[in-house]
Amino acid sequence: MSYAGERETTEGRVFTVTGGDWDSITNNIDPLSNEKIVVNMGPQHPSTHGVLRLVLELEGETVTDVRPVIGYLHTGIEKNLEYRNWTQGTTFVTRADYLAPLFNEAGYCLAVEKLLGITDQITERANTIRVLFMELNRIASHLVWIATTGMELGAISMMLYGFREREYILDIFEETTGLRMNHAYFRPGGVAQDIPDSAIKKIRDFLVYMPKKLKEYEAMLSGQIIWQERTQGVAVLDVTGCLALGITGPVLRSAGLAWDLRKTMPYCGYEDYEFDVPTATTADVWGRYQVRMAEMRESLKIVEQALDRLKPGPIFVADKKIAWPAQLAVGIDGMGNSLEHVAKIMGQSMESLIHHFKLVTEGFRVPPGQVYVSLEHPRGELGVHAVSDGGTHPYRVHLRDPSFVNLQAIPAMAEGALLADVIAGGASLDPVMGGCDR
Amino acid sequence: MTNPEISTGGVPVDAAPVGADIDAPAQTPSSPRKGMFGITGSGDVSGFGGLVRRQPEVIGSPKPYGSYFDEVTDALEEAFPAFADAIEKVVVEHDELTLHVKAERIAEVAQAMRDDEALRFELCSSVSGVDYLNSDARRLHVIYHLTSMTYRRRVRLEVAVPLEGTVPTVTSVYPTADWQERETYDMFGVVFTGHPNLTRILMPDDWEGHPQRKDYPLGGVAVEYKGAEIPPPDQRRVYQ
Repeated sequence: MSYAGERETTEGRVFTVTGGDWDSITNNIDPLSNEKIVVNMGPQHPSTHGVLRLVLELEGETVTDVRPVIGYLHTGIEKNLEYRNWTQGTTFVTRADYLAPLFNEAGYCLAVEKLLGITDQITERANTIRVLFMELNRIASHLVWIATTGMELGAISMMLYGFREREYILDIFEETTGLRMNHAYFRPGGVAQDIPDSAIKKIRDFLVYMPKKLKEYEAMLSGQIIWQERTQGVAVLDVTGCLALGITGPVLRSAGLAWDLRKTMPYCGYEDYEFDVPTATTADVWGRYQVRMAEMRESLKIVEQALDRLKPGPIFVADKKIAWPAQLAVGIDGMGNSLEHVAKIMGQSMESLIHHFKLVTEGFRVPPGQVYVSLEHPRGELGVHAVSDGGTHPYRVHLRDPSFVNLQAIPAMAEGALLADVIAGGASLDPVMGGCDR
Repeated sequence: MTNPEISTGGVPVDAAPVGADIDAPAQTPSSPRKGMFGITGSGDVSGFGGLVRRQPEVIGSPKPYGSYFDEVTDALEEAFPAFADAIEKVVVEHDELTLHVKAERIAEVAQAMRDDEALRFELCSSVSGVDYLNSDARRLHVIYHLTSMTYRRRVRLEVAVPLEGTVPTVTSVYPTADWQERETYDMFGVVFTGHPNLTRILMPDDWEGHPQRKDYPLGGVAVEYKGAEIPPPDQRRVYQ
């Protein structure tokens, strides 16, 4: 029985496969005259982490040529930013890499703060909250990685566990920011609002809960012969290859180079935290798995330290020309202006109302110039190149997203290997197409 | 308004640059374009009213530059004999070093930046573009952010070309620039000569125009969905 639809084209016969129907292709072509098969994988394919399309040329099961095609999730975030004020920008960048929204926000806010020249005015509490949330976000992002990679390599239960634990982190985010994703929580000048005590308690519980789970994952995967065979020696890329292709993050560290921007070019006070930079030397998918597992443990360490140094204090810069005028609060429908502030500006102070109106509708002006700020994203170096012309809107903001740059490595990893290893290699890069296509 | 004759098709018109002083009042000459909410002229913060951009002049910094910047420029001068010819300006701003490079020399400069013992910029972190509308001969800028992992330094190289200008590719020095140059071509229309495969990357292959250019409108394209066409915001009905 034939499942795969087929049609004749000028290029040869074209099959549309949906899975479990490989036989109908192999039975229908003459193996002697048709050694080469071109497989179009994606853009809708469960193993491509979103809308990535891979055009693969196969000889037998060996991949001879890979061409990644991207752009299916291009949403014009950088263009849109230019039409909103600087504070609104954070609501756009948070939607780029949706598995690591807080990193996008942090990079953008650091860039705006550098342009404003207020980097050293960011309060200690705001910085600590940023570090705390970024590290929780890193764990959430790595959990999705292990979940999806597990699923792609046949460990379905890993998918369920990974998403279950991520839910815990998303609950913490929701409690603080009002949203599970796309928080717009970091703002140029600080963070939108303080952490409630209930969220602190949840984080403390999480610190007890998570290490046990990490052990469980390793007990399930590390000794598993299928997991080992699918990851060890697969999709190797050494340090030279990584640097030439611009690959950073866990992939570079799996090749042995301990390059982590939190250590090498610290920001947000990372130099005051104690943590290690895990590396591996195998430069394969196995190494990347080990690096990411170890990184989650290091992130837990940082979260614990950040909680300990969380002292009461302001969460926004004191400059009233920049700081958001209201204290925001989480209501039943998400985050919004606190009712006390609304009562004050509507009933008591005309000046506050004018100030609020100007700052919220028009925004603040940022001195002209350009900056480049980078930080260690779960996938590598996230760079934000921000240009201001002195106005209330960004002139140009470019996100150097690690998914975009890292995806260039797929041909180098996959050509000459088996088709099944394309999946493992691609997954080990942990691409997120929202960030890649922006 | 310098060129009123090009105010067609809802595309914002070139507006003369208004004072570079950041404390200058927000002077917004009236724009022939209508905003999304029927607003004409200035004061529109919706983003659809043709915002007026001001252009501060870039001024070279005097020596010494401070930080590690002197070491980098001195090392480059030594490693790259044509320094005086290739580097137009050295700018230090926000504690960052920018070398303005002549477009045709960028690949050579990048090569020296990567290979010289005292420079060692092994990683090309980012390539991006900026469109400075109104400065015709230097309208499109391509900006390279290089990272030296050995010395933990960063430097920015910047080239400027007119609309029809070309920039030599740096892919032979930094293969990672491949997709990033394609993105810059796609978004700004900068042509990188010698690039192995300079095609669109984010937009569809048959797309017309380069969306990140400043004279390319936001949402200025009609959207077609299931046969019905929704006009771009500036061409929709206005309720007043």
